[in-house]
Amino acid sequence: MNDIVNGRGLTLVPKSDTKLGMKDFKSDQEVRWCPGCGDYAILAAVQSFVPELGLKRENMVFVSGIGCSSRFPYYMDTYGFHSIHGRAPAIATGLAASRPDLSVWVITGDGDALSIGGNHLIHALRRNVNLNILLFNNRIYGLTKGQYSPTSEIGKITKSTPMGSLDKPFNPISLAIGAEASFVARTIDSDRKHLQSVLREAAEHQGTSLVEIYQNCNIFNDNAFEQLKDPEVRDDITLRLEHGQPIASASKAVRQGPRGLEVVPRASVREEEILVHDIHNPDPSLAFALSRLDEPAFEHVPIGIFRSVDRPSYDALMADQLDQATTDRGPGDLADLLYGGDTWRIG
Amino acid sequence: MAKQVQQLDRVIIRFAGDSGDGMQLTGDRFTAETAEFGNDLSTLPNFPAEIRAPAGTLPGVSSFQLHFADHDILTPGDAPNVLVAMNPAALKANLGDLPRGADIIANTDEFTKRNLSKVGYSVSPIDDDSLSEWRVHAVPLTSLTVRALDGLGISKKDAERAKNMFALGLLSWLYHRPTEATIKFLESKFAKKPDIAKANIVAFQAGWNYGETTESFSVSYEIKPARLAPGIYRNISGNQALAYGLIAASVQSKLPLFLGSYPITPASDILHELSKHKRFGIRTFQAEDEIAGVAAALGASFGGALGVTTTSGPGVLLKAETVGLAVATELPLILVDVQRAGPSTGMPTKTEQTDLLMAMFGRNGESPVPIVAPSTPSDCFHSAIEAARIAVKYRTPVILLSDGYLANGSEPWQLPDVADLPDISTEFASGPNDGENFLPFKRDPATLARPWAVPGTAGLEHRIGGIEKADGTGNISYDPNNHDLMVRLRQAKIDGVDVPDLEVDDPDGDARVLVLGWGSTYGPIAAAARRVRRAGGKVAQAHLRHLNPLPANTGEVLRSYDKVLLPEINLGQLALLLRARFLVDIISYNRVRGLPFKAEELAGVIQDVIESE
Repeated sequence: MNDIVNGRGLTLVPKSDTKLGMKDFKSDQEVRWCPGCGDYAILAAVQSFVPELGLKRENMVFVSGIGCSSRFPYYMDTYGFHSIHGRAPAIATGLAASRPDLSVWVITGDGDALSIGGNHLIHALRRNVNLNILLFNNRIYGLTKGQYSPTSEIGKITKSTPMGSLDKPFNPISLAIGAEASFVARTIDSDRKHLQSVLREAAEHQGTSLVEIYQNCNIFNDNAFEQLKDPEVRDDITLRLEHGQPIASASKAVRQGPRGLEVVPRASVREEEILVHDIHNPDPSLAFALSRLDEPAFEHVPIGIFRSVDRPSYDALMADQLDQATTDRGPGDLADLLYGGDTWRIG
Repeated sequence: MAKQVQQLDRVIIRFAGDSGDGMQLTGDRFTAETAEFGNDLSTLPNFPAEIRAPAGTLPGVSSFQLHFADHDILTPGDAPNVLVAMNPAALKANLGDLPRGADIIANTDEFTKRNLSKVGYSVSPIDDDSLSEWRVHAVPLTSLTVRALDGLGISKKDAERAKNMFALGLLSWLYHRPTEATIKFLESKFAKKPDIAKANIVAFQAGWNYGETTESFSVSYEIKPARLAPGIYRNISGNQALAYGLIAASVQSKLPLFLGSYPITPASDILHELSKHKRFGIRTFQAEDEIAGVAAALGASFGGALGVTTTSGPGVLLKAETVGLAVATELPLILVDVQRAGPSTGMPTKTEQTDLLMAMFGRNGESPVPIVAPSTPSDCFHSAIEAARIAVKYRTPVILLSDGYLANGSEPWQLPDVADLPDISTEFASGPNDGENFLPFKRDPATLARPWAVPGTAGLEHRIGGIEKADGTGNISYDPNNHDLMVRLRQAKIDGVDVPDLEVDDPDGDARVLVLGWGSTYGPIAAAARRVRRAGGKVAQAHLRHLNPLPANTGEVLRSYDKVLLPEINLGQLALLLRARFLVDIISYNRVRGLPFKAEELAGVIQDVIESE
């Protein structure tokens, strides 16, 4: 077995000879999101974070689907592919599976990833292709001007749902853990430090990393995540997930109850009763349970890395099979192939 | 007992039975023996989509037809000389195709009251005189097999299952086929079950011996090897040839092959075959759906691989959006469409030529795509290389239109010298192409192809996508004149693809009627043209391999005949294109039965057109 299987996600990506900075990753294209869009903050966070990976710029690729967030690759001075609606994980799978020397990033939104592209997302996650999927979740369709999305809350009044939406939203984290993704995290556009720390872990993870980024659409769904930004309440509702640390907010704590996890006033429990977070737990059940704590929405919201486990990546396993076939039988020879069956000679 | 040996120049045999009776395997083995013997041959497997349809019923009948001869032949034959009917359903389903005087070898053990009533026979047709027009050989295949295997210690069920090998042995005796390879084949196929291997071999030999000793067969037949062009031959099906062609395309282009595919009849065998050849650096990706198959292939192409996706009609529809993206981003991509009967699910195991207009126009916007169509099973090899050549040279998706008839049919293939295969390699962009800048959409003036700059190349970082791009820079552009220019440039690039001229076969040079075809109709059309000529008729024949762009001389060829006849297994799709493009009247002949044309049928149609002059 190839020794990169249990290594880190960037082992095969060549390192830059020179020290690159944020400006090296800014393309010459004018950024065309609405003023005040959360995408700006994420773009700036990514552009200022990627130099520290120390990779060659030309070995980074950003692939996107369709939607506001999917314009992202145009603004990164790397290789980029702005593709079609929902298909970015599939396109990126072909690229990453055939080019282990690339750091491949998928930029997608809640509609792109969870509605039209839901199938590709779950299959990328179960395969564990070496990709980093950044899912910008603004809980609304922006580019088509304001219809409800698969993460909008029930009853959402939008242009397409004047009497309120009827369908229950997806919880992207639950969905990803259900698909047994090997790396699942949630962060928020306004907290650059946290966002960058999650991206760092995601980039180095071997396999598919799914990062849900709460992102504000100030035109069609403004203040969707206001509780998490409001200094009055945010520290009380944010459950910080840190490996090896108790899971708690300023005023609440998570503990194992008789019917699963429960959130209780922090003062009501002893410190040793508080659940200690273990991102490497191979059983996804506890991570899934954590993802359900955000129900009802925004009463308490786990933020951080839910799960990060070692599992061989699809591209590494695929490369192993090619190596194995060549080791066993030697490299392919076309004449041997064509003339190798039952042949006969005439004349 | 000395038996008479009769010389024949050609024979058509059809093996027919339940879909669980192993008729495809029996046919394959007889084909392999025939190929080894050196006859020319052509095969037509015909089977239901259901894996095991209800036993003994008409929908459950599976058949395999083989035409072999001492001269070169072009089709699997119109009407069988011999029908092997393993049960009443197989007899009933195939009797209509059987000319008077043909031989019927019927497995009488299966002609039970129950089996007869399943297909509406109240009396066994073997017992009354309803088969008097044919020569019936009533052979209790099942019980003879069971008796032959007595003492081997295998179950009755396993013994009965070997009856197809008994039939194969009998037919092998009847036509003097070599048997060693079949014995070796059975040994290796059942290597893990030596008792089953033994049972099948004994059944096979018992069938041979039965032929030699029984009174039912007083004559056996010899068909001398065919005098084909000197060379080394192997038997090959269209799907296998296509897979080998893709491997050759990878070797000849020096690009690693990436296949993204989703299983679909009748294309899956290409995925199966390619997945066996990983030591050629081939990556096969069984995707979650048709869309992901083509999307992954396009992603791999972006990374510098030869991206390929294989499917059939329903899958082509699902892939259309990604093919459009490949048109817009101008990346190489090969889409193999093994056409089958539609619309919708249609008849998955039956053949058709009904996807031509979809291949031409089945995308939004002005979205031209080159189309290549192989004409015979072995031509699938060369057509795959040709599709890859165009894709790589012009940075474009190419659609390769095979069909179910080519995919599953087989023929002897004169193997090419690998050294003679075309070099289809290309160069990736390696540096700036506009002063110090790199313009991802600056075109090669000769081909109008854009540079292929793959990730990992320093200094050429760029972004591509489905949004309209400014000429040269590739930046997003909504400029009206730029869009008009780009639409025309993409069209001009495809119109300018270099394709060889259309060749016309007209032995005397004075025919006034041209019969034109494309794709898998080549064999029946050519066989029909031969018949017409043998009968003194004059007909020219031409066959299109490139359907987009058409060869430059197409219009000239069409206009130089009084009449142009175009048989198609659709309702006139190519005829529509040719009429529109060249304002030439075309006489369409269309049958959409899920089966290839018969040579006799087409010969009659050609004759009618000649006589109507």
